[in-house]
Amino acid sequence: MADLTATSPFAGARLPQRFAGCTLEALPPAQITAVAPYPGQLAALRQTLGAFPGPGAVIAAAGGRLVWAGRGLALAFDADMPQGSAEHAALSDQSDGWAGVSLRGTAAPMVLARLLPLDLRRLPPGSSARSLLGHLPALILRPEALAFELWIWRSMVGSAMHDLTGAMQAVGARQALAEPPTG
Amino acid sequence: MHLPCPCCGPRDLREFTHKGADDYLRRPAPDAPPEAWDDYLHTRANPAGRTRDLWYHDPCGTWIAVTRDTVTHAVIGATGLEDAQ
Repeated sequence: MADLTATSPFAGARLPQRFAGCTLEALPPAQITAVAPYPGQLAALRQTLGAFPGPGAVIAAAGGRLVWAGRGLALAFDADMPQGSAEHAALSDQSDGWAGVSLRGTAAPMVLARLLPLDLRRLPPGSSARSLLGHLPALILRPEALAFELWIWRSMVGSAMHDLTGAMQAVGARQALAEPPTG
Repeated sequence: MHLPCPCCGPRDLREFTHKGADDYLRRPAPDAPPEAWDDYLHTRANPAGRTRDLWYHDPCGTWIAVTRDTVTHAVIGATGLEDAQ
């Protein structure tokens, strides 16, 4: 059997990037399982897992994180799916399909305001949202007020890095212009 | 323009795809006369005022029927289609 070499989705992306007091860096790869409850099975699944996130929720369950990821869909990050959960939900391993970056810093909301059509005041710390990053479908998590996790499809990392570094540079340029000239 | 997604709350227009008038919800029976099918496929009211049309919220995957006013651009409300059935 061929011995394949694992490649980071961010190979060639020159991370971390620092502009405007923000840091953009790759998140460690996660074991991601998509959990889509079968019709009428949500209550049974809740019992098996202990919990299942509603819209915008991020909860600790099954030894990992369960993140709401759309209508009737959650992504389980680094979770040990309990036996029997496959009877109540369609489980699919999507670990290689997603790539995550972290954006943190005081200007992080200003950087994202240039890319997300999302009112960040409606995304309180500890919650998640599905939206667009530029023109890319994304899953956005906000673990802390000034820290964001952006999960995008692995095939679109190049476009996402281009958009994010561009927005960071633009915010940095604005900050430099606003500062009084020296000398 | 913001549309209210029953799942995600008010979201920007960029996140939605427009399908068309809510006539698409009233599909004729397979043996309905050709006039009914012609009506279903081609006849649209195009009202100046209150209208109800179908939108898809791309990020979360919810189909919604939005009531809005084409004269004032006011968005009056939305219902999720799966919940309505």
